[in-house]
Amino acid sequence: MIYAKDINEHTPWQDLTPGGEIYEPGTARLFNTGSWRTNTPIFHEEACKHCMLCVPFCPDCAIPVKDGKRLDFDYMHCKGCGICEDVCPFPAITMVSGGAIK
Amino acid sequence: MVTNNMVEIRWHGRGGQGAKMACMLLADVAGLEGKFVQGFPEYGPERMGAPITAYNRISEQRCTIHSNIYYPDYVVVVDETLLDSVDVTGGLKEGGAIIINTPGSPQEMRIRLPGWTGKVCTIDARRISEDILGSNFPNIPMLGAVVQVSGVLDTERFLADIEESFKSKFVSKPQLIEGNMATLKKSLAEVQVG
Amino acid sequence: MSHRLSGNEAVAYAMKQINPDVIGAFPITPSTEIPEYFAQYVANGEVNTEYVAVESEHSSMSVCIAAQAAGARSVCATSSCGLALMYELLYVAASCRLPITLACVNRALSGPININHDYSDSMGGRDAGWIQIYAENNQEAYDNFIMAMPIGETPSIRLPVMTCMDGFVTSHAVENIELLETDVVRRFIGEYNPEHYLLKKENPLAVGPYDVSPYYMEHKVLQAEAMKAAKARILEVAAEFEKISGRCYGLFEEYRMEDAQLALVLMGSTAGTAKAAVDKLRENGVKAGLVKMRVFRPFPGEELARVLAGTRAVAVMDKSEGFSANGGPLFAETRSALYDLKERPYLIDIVYGLGGRDVKVEDIEKVFSRLANIALTGEIGPLYTHMGQRSKEEMA
Repeated sequence: MIYAKDINEHTPWQDLTPGGEIYEPGTARLFNTGSWRTNTPIFHEEACKHCMLCVPFCPDCAIPVKDGKRLDFDYMHCKGCGICEDVCPFPAITMVSGGAIK
Repeated sequence: MVTNNMVEIRWHGRGGQGAKMACMLLADVAGLEGKFVQGFPEYGPERMGAPITAYNRISEQRCTIHSNIYYPDYVVVVDETLLDSVDVTGGLKEGGAIIINTPGSPQEMRIRLPGWTGKVCTIDARRISEDILGSNFPNIPMLGAVVQVSGVLDTERFLADIEESFKSKFVSKPQLIEGNMATLKKSLAEVQVG
Repeated sequence: MSHRLSGNEAVAYAMKQINPDVIGAFPITPSTEIPEYFAQYVANGEVNTEYVAVESEHSSMSVCIAAQAAGARSVCATSSCGLALMYELLYVAASCRLPITLACVNRALSGPININHDYSDSMGGRDAGWIQIYAENNQEAYDNFIMAMPIGETPSIRLPVMTCMDGFVTSHAVENIELLETDVVRRFIGEYNPEHYLLKKENPLAVGPYDVSPYYMEHKVLQAEAMKAAKARILEVAAEFEKISGRCYGLFEEYRMEDAQLALVLMGSTAGTAKAAVDKLRENGVKAGLVKMRVFRPFPGEELARVLAGTRAVAVMDKSEGFSANGGPLFAETRSALYDLKERPYLIDIVYGLGGRDVKVEDIEKVFSRLANIALTGEIGPLYTHMGQRSKEEMA
């Protein structure tokens, strides 16, 4: 079986799947969209009440949750859109310019 | 084009009279008797009452020709009124015959077929159907008449085989089998050759 | 088993014997009878196919695509405008590499609207990536449908197959036919067990993802290679089929071509009529022959060139216009195939039979007499002409 992780833009046609079909679920996880970021959200844990409002608003599922508490951003997938900062009722998320994690 | 042992039949009818069905039945029964057969209608949009044409080729050898039939051995006219509007004898071979559904005689019909000097056969298919089946289904008596006139099939065997064919065709309406068999037998006996 | 069936009955019966998992059903003349007959089989419990009645052909092909991707064997039947409405999905089916089987009952594509036969429908889909196999008569329509799945479903091929027959001329004509026993058909086509399918729990499948430029070209090459490989597979399946049926099929049929000087290249029911013309000419000492194209996609160009190499003059007969202003689609393929021959025969194209215009033995004889004249004089005259239309010249 051909795995998504083994395919990239240098793969010859012989090693691709017919019709571009994909044999595993969740292969978007492998895709680093974090590199597209021009602004970066910063998580201030001390100000966070874990109201979870930011989580469903995130278009990229880049806010992991564990045991009822949100964790720091998944920067591999966060595109820096800033929606989380807009919806956060507390001063728990701030945007800084630049794509790098400060 | 006709090879020596091929019989070609052209049917003229009107949409809804069952000429196509009779044509298909003839192909089926002739096939059952080991002949190579073709039965096909010339199709336009299906409209009740519009003139339609259907064709049979019956042969001892496989026929690969898939054109319409332009020089038939026999012509069957399922509706007498077509004589006024369709060139029914067009291309009909001299040694062949035309079989017309009419209460009239062959002599009366011949007058209406200018230029045709060959055999004219008549059968009152409407009356036979109405007498036996209670309504006007001229196609089955016409089938009997063409089998009788053409001699393309042995009539005894034809009757036995078509009964089998009816049994599968009218599986949900078995009451139709007896009546249709009676109309066939009557038309075999009554067709007039002139 | 000797029977008498129409082409539509024959294909519906083949479908019954195959007992596919899903049919996407939407009726259109002249293929209407196929889903009709099949509906009876479903209602009678003679098959356990999921009969999905839909609202358009776009949907019937969509049903087939989804079902096939889910691992089900799916079939459908259509004609003319119905095939045109499927057009987008034909490409989806082929490029997703889903081996659906479609019975195409060829009918002229509008307009003016017409219900009779020509190949303008399937020729319009010739570049969609489907294998296309054409039948001369009811027997071939039946046989081709049974051979379709073992060809298309082969893991190295995985392409949908369109089996074509002439509308009305074949679909509605009752002729003798030899049917196979159902258990023989089932054994022949086997089970459809694709390695991957949508809801496979170990590794569920994603089908038809967006393909960015860095991948698209590679996927098209894969598809093109599969189409090339299909030629050998079609012959393998034909050889297997001969074992169970005694009937022999190739990529095309050569009829009296051994020493032929004058030849026709054409498809479908006209081939039967042309055989009668060839026989007649042979009786008169004319070295006439015929190549009946069976497989149009993949196009057997090299094989065809080899067969035509020894001829003097060839007429390709196209039963679809194509409007290239340079001849019909069969002509384009044939002419291209002959390019590499050192000595090429004279080649002309004749577009005929559009919208059910009948073709007689005498018409074919006229084509041969034109070829004889070309072979004699070396003058081909107009490269591409029409035949069978009324014209002032003809009437004068």
